[in-house]
Amino acid sequence: MTGAVVRAKGVRKTFENREVICGVDFDIRAGICFGILGPNGAGKTTLMRMLLGLSPVTEGDYTLFDQPVSETSVHSRVGVVPQQDNLDPDFSVSLNLKVYAGYFGIAVAEAESRIIELLDFAALSARGNDQVSTLSGGMRRRLMVARALINNPDLIVLDEPSTGLDPQARHLIWQRLRSLKKQGKTLILTTHYMEEAAELCDELIILDHGKILTSGAPRALIAEHVEPEVVAIRGLSNELDAVELCEGLDIRLDHVGDTWFCYGIDARPLVARCSERSELIFIHRPASLEDVFLKLTGRDMREEA
Amino acid sequence: MKAFNLIPNHVLAVWRRNFLVWKKLAAVSMLGNFGDPFLYLLGLGYGLGHYIGEMGGIPYMAFLASGILCSSAMNTATFEALYSAFTRMNQQGTWESILATPIRIQEIIAGEQMWAATKSLISGTAIFIVAGLLGGIQQWDTALLALPVIFLTGLAFAGPALAICAISPSYDFFLYYFTLAVTPMFLFCGVFYPLDTLPAFAQLLAQVLPLTHAVALIRPLLTEMPLTMPWLHVSVLALYAAAGFTLAAHLAARRLLR
Repeated sequence: MTGAVVRAKGVRKTFENREVICGVDFDIRAGICFGILGPNGAGKTTLMRMLLGLSPVTEGDYTLFDQPVSETSVHSRVGVVPQQDNLDPDFSVSLNLKVYAGYFGIAVAEAESRIIELLDFAALSARGNDQVSTLSGGMRRRLMVARALINNPDLIVLDEPSTGLDPQARHLIWQRLRSLKKQGKTLILTTHYMEEAAELCDELIILDHGKILTSGAPRALIAEHVEPEVVAIRGLSNELDAVELCEGLDIRLDHVGDTWFCYGIDARPLVARCSERSELIFIHRPASLEDVFLKLTGRDMREEA
Repeated sequence: MKAFNLIPNHVLAVWRRNFLVWKKLAAVSMLGNFGDPFLYLLGLGYGLGHYIGEMGGIPYMAFLASGILCSSAMNTATFEALYSAFTRMNQQGTWESILATPIRIQEIIAGEQMWAATKSLISGTAIFIVAGLLGGIQQWDTALLALPVIFLTGLAFAGPALAICAISPSYDFFLYYFTLAVTPMFLFCGVFYPLDTLPAFAQLLAQVLPLTHAVALIRPLLTEMPLTMPWLHVSVLALYAAAGFTLAAHLAARRLLR
């Protein structure tokens, strides 16, 4: 054992003569939650699909439990929560789990006791006999997480686990994922919700145009890439106005659309100046992963987005 | 060959999933399986048979029943492997959800092919019973041997249909396959009349089509017609099944594992 669940060394993927993953290296240690972040089209999904043997690796070493990712027998140790709902619409909630257990060759008696546990875990015990089509979006996602756990995997791979969910449903999913980590499972998740990454991930990489821009723990990344405090301001008339407002202060300016982001070690003097101008709408907050993300991947709109 | 590296339990798990879906609506589905051939045999067998009398030396009802048995095996397997499989592959993401497990693409194709052939067998059995009741079966001692041949026929048609499914952009595409392959076979492979009524070139062409060989096996098993070269016919059907499977597995991998 090398201690790493996943290893990527010089991994490349070429797609119709276009390089979508341009040589990435990373290791994922057992027992952590590892985030793959990036704008739409950055290569997150391709990296995941390659890991799951759904997309051949063009070049480089990409291993899962010390086996090449093309070796599908290791899937017995992996659970997958895809982004797109692919539950079986013809089956009830528990039959979905039962049939899925069949794909792993799990004995019927064992599957049945696991299904009871998993329905409880997913807060779906009362819905076991209901058709999947009657479930809400949050319930369906929880069922997909439960389905991914049917084989008691060591590694769980989640593609945008909370996209499209309301805040309640999202927090319930997050809580469940944290409890999985407590059980010693390794989690990999892709997301473009920075809040989700900060909430869940021990380590992450930020990917753009098929390259890793940076990697590390969320807090360390914030400390490394951006100043600790941010004032986000709307209502400034132009760039000159923004520059004048920050005159004499140690502030780095940046903007997205009509919002100006002012980064600094101590933003209190700037807050005081803002308070004097009633036309300004502003918020003073600690720097977040989102600031790191926007700084590294650029603030312009993506065409693919 | 890599495509034939199959774990039986994996193939069975895919088959079982489809079986469980079918089981939910089995009653309705069976009704169709009995109703359709009943109408065909009644309408054509009695109606047309009244004027025709005998064909190929046997009563028209017996001639037609064995033909309908074969064409229904073709249709059932083709429909399942085109429309239903496409829904699972493209609309519902069922195949993709299975690929996240230790099951591989060639095992999904094999399971789908087995399932489509099973549906041929189910509908074939229904027709078999109807044909028996209407007097379409003359030789009861060999008749039951027709059932495994129906399954083989199902495999022979499901294989190529799955290959078409794997390259199809949408459901509309399947119409070409029906017009260019299925309907010509239905009309020119000896289902309704003996092959020797066709011009020589058409007879030759019919010899390379799988339905001809299914008819050549099943008709003699059910009727008093003599069975000739059974292993040739079995081999042609097996060849279509194997070649269709290999091609479908390759094309499905190309489509899904990009």
